[in-house]
Amino acid sequence: MSQARPQDAPRETPLGVPTPARERRAERIVLLAFGLTALSGLALLVLYALGGQTQLEGILLAICLGGLGVGIVVWAQELMSGELRIEPRHRLGGGRAASEAVADALTDEAGFSRRRVLQLGLVGALSGLAAALVVPVLSLGPAPGKSLFRTPWTKGAKVVGFDGVAVKASDIPPDGVVTVFPEGFAGNAEAQTVLINAGADRLQLQGQAAQWAPDGFVAYSKVCTHAGCPVGLYRASQGALICPCHQSTFDVMIGAVPTFGPAARPLPQLPIQLEADGTFTALGDFPEPVGPSFWNMNIGPIQIGGGDESGASQPPATAEPGP
Amino acid sequence: MNRFRRRGGGSPVDKPGDGPGGTHERPRVDDLGRPLNEAAVELQETGDDPTEPTELERLTAWLDERTGLAGLVRTTLRKVFPDHWSFLLGEIALFCFVILVLTGTFLTFFYVPSAGLVEYTGSYAPLQGAEVSQAYNSVLFLSFDVNAGLLFRQIHHWTAVVFVAVIVAHLARTFFTGAFRRPREINWLIGFGLLTFALAEGFTGYSLPDDLLSGTGARIAYSAAISIPFVGPYLASLVFGGEFPTAAFLPRFFVLHVMLLPALFAGAIGAHVGLVFLQKHTQFRGRLQRADNVVGRHFWPGQAFLSMGLFFLTAAVLAAMGGLVQINPVWAYGPFEPAIVSSPAQPDWYVGWLDGALRIFPPFEPTILGVVIPSAFIPGVVIPGVLFTIVGLWPFVERRITHDTREHHLLDWPWEAPFRAAVGAAILTFFAVLTLAGGNDVIAVFLDLSVERLTWIFRVLVIVAPIVAGVVAWLLCRNRLGRPAPDELEPMDAEHADDGPAHAGVALRRTATGGFEEVEG
Repeated sequence: MSQARPQDAPRETPLGVPTPARERRAERIVLLAFGLTALSGLALLVLYALGGQTQLEGILLAICLGGLGVGIVVWAQELMSGELRIEPRHRLGGGRAASEAVADALTDEAGFSRRRVLQLGLVGALSGLAAALVVPVLSLGPAPGKSLFRTPWTKGAKVVGFDGVAVKASDIPPDGVVTVFPEGFAGNAEAQTVLINAGADRLQLQGQAAQWAPDGFVAYSKVCTHAGCPVGLYRASQGALICPCHQSTFDVMIGAVPTFGPAARPLPQLPIQLEADGTFTALGDFPEPVGPSFWNMNIGPIQIGGGDESGASQPPATAEPGP
Repeated sequence: MNRFRRRGGGSPVDKPGDGPGGTHERPRVDDLGRPLNEAAVELQETGDDPTEPTELERLTAWLDERTGLAGLVRTTLRKVFPDHWSFLLGEIALFCFVILVLTGTFLTFFYVPSAGLVEYTGSYAPLQGAEVSQAYNSVLFLSFDVNAGLLFRQIHHWTAVVFVAVIVAHLARTFFTGAFRRPREINWLIGFGLLTFALAEGFTGYSLPDDLLSGTGARIAYSAAISIPFVGPYLASLVFGGEFPTAAFLPRFFVLHVMLLPALFAGAIGAHVGLVFLQKHTQFRGRLQRADNVVGRHFWPGQAFLSMGLFFLTAAVLAAMGGLVQINPVWAYGPFEPAIVSSPAQPDWYVGWLDGALRIFPPFEPTILGVVIPSAFIPGVVIPGVLFTIVGLWPFVERRITHDTREHHLLDWPWEAPFRAAVGAAILTFFAVLTLAGGNDVIAVFLDLSVERLTWIFRVLVIVAPIVAGVVAWLLCRNRLGRPAPDELEPMDAEHADDGPAHAGVALRRTATGGFEEVEG
């Protein structure tokens, strides 16, 4: 130890050659900092016993940790040697000889290296094992199958609100908006629909879409066709549904066609009819998939691996109401 | 003033390249035939000291006789660490990880990873009687009814936020100084892996409280996943356990967050730090600093004390933030309901750029031969994928451009590689603009602009600003470099890359008329 540290030269810290006065001052600072740590630690205990208080606890913990930090850093910077040391840097690796030696060691057993057929067999066996071990990963989720293509809405389903109670036309004032679900599925993620009293005079729907909007009431999927957020804002003056996540904007009056933002596909319209008692029923499911687009949405479900669907567990959220 | 003092007798610097097989007089070797370094030789020489051993020596002898590690420990204690503030960024990231594990362990004792519904009966009055998930319930319980629970939850969240920021700063330091060059490409890849693990940790952790905001974030991630060509719906179903929302995803994210990802993380940190140990730290060139040495303080006690102090100071700042600055008040957001959404909605900062990309990308959803390319695919999958690939493979990309395959142990100053600096500035600016775009609704209110107009401004900025930043960075670097434009595609500073003093250039002085003139430097 003494060989490595010559005693003849004046000691030098990272902050210069210290004077005795400066050393004493540094020592006092370190002790003061450590003292603060001990005191605030005790204070923290007392505060905890008294029932605690988040802000005070944070301050005391910060002082506790900060005291240690300051003390240790001052100690290192003011009272320890700041001598610069030089360590040689050797070239990494042992050169050609070393890599040849490794290659030799790997292959010098003829019983291993010359048995090409057995090596291939081993690789084949391990691949088979890997495949067998990976396949259970498929159990992690059911094959999507048709689940992305349909929602719990069915022909004749009663239109209800969050509370499961049937929504009446008289409950929705002009420009009013209600989030609705098929009866029995209140709160359901895929079935969520906005029912808007847009007014027959303002709606400009064509053909079938117009018949699906009785008395100026029109219903669109509430799942944004961009990234799936609920389209939760309605700017009545412009008849615009807006998604607060990415600001996709849909014109309710012309079939929820996107007019601004990243969404490119209209919100699917739910076919509804107004019953004699003022409630609504669905005429069927949405005519197209709701929510964000996916590559095969116009082609239909793609089956990978055939029978996955039957073997996989059914998640609660995709429970189907039946045909 | 000579800050470096030679050790008593002999040269302090070994000649580099004294590998095995050298004809040097002194190749003392250990049991495995590896040459002993100076410290170990010294230990060997002083090993049979006739004087009475001290208590400490007795303890180390006891351990050494059972492990044989004395030489390695001595080498480690005497390891030299170069001193530059930017080298502390990686250390702070490591400290954040330690704090995350400590505070996170505390949180796991309270958190319930279940979507099962219960009635909230805790002490937060506005939600009493509400039907909430057990996960949300447990987070509220921890926040309101556990002494110091909110403190540690907020320290955990703040640390996560700082963690990613420090990792990005550390990555930028490594990038702009060229520390990733041979022989450190592997460590760049491991570090890049650590960044992606940190992002995954952040996202899974953010999702666990099952509040309205985090549930919306998970919904968007699910939507980005199903936009992957054809297999997307399968992948999303495997990760979430079915079509979103599922009861399975909270327990799964929990296991990922507290077990798999931290285990991966710890292993990768070990490899990351281990490689730095084997390869020795890089350094900026200086009066003493050369390619074949490392100049700095010994690990013990100087550097170790500094690091310990830094750990406690980091923890102190995070404790103060956790105590005084509110973060993620999930009680204000409310429990997750798939048909409800809040506005404005911003994720944690490190996800903001992804959200920004989703916000400002134009509505582009072509149908080709009946196949739909979803609007979320390019901003949600392609852009992040391409960017991360470029960043992750940068050491190899740069080598293709510069054809520089030599070893580098001395760092570049950022301006010494203008092309690299320009690329880095452009990428950082791109991320910055996208991150701001992720807050376009908030900024629109702040600036009193319509969101529509602001979105268009961001659409232009995201293209223009990176180009401008790259060009400006390039010009600034060349200016700082003070020499005629080198061909950027040639090996950088081939003559002086690893030896000699700082770059040999001419000094420029700005003249009163705005031009430049050479001065004697």
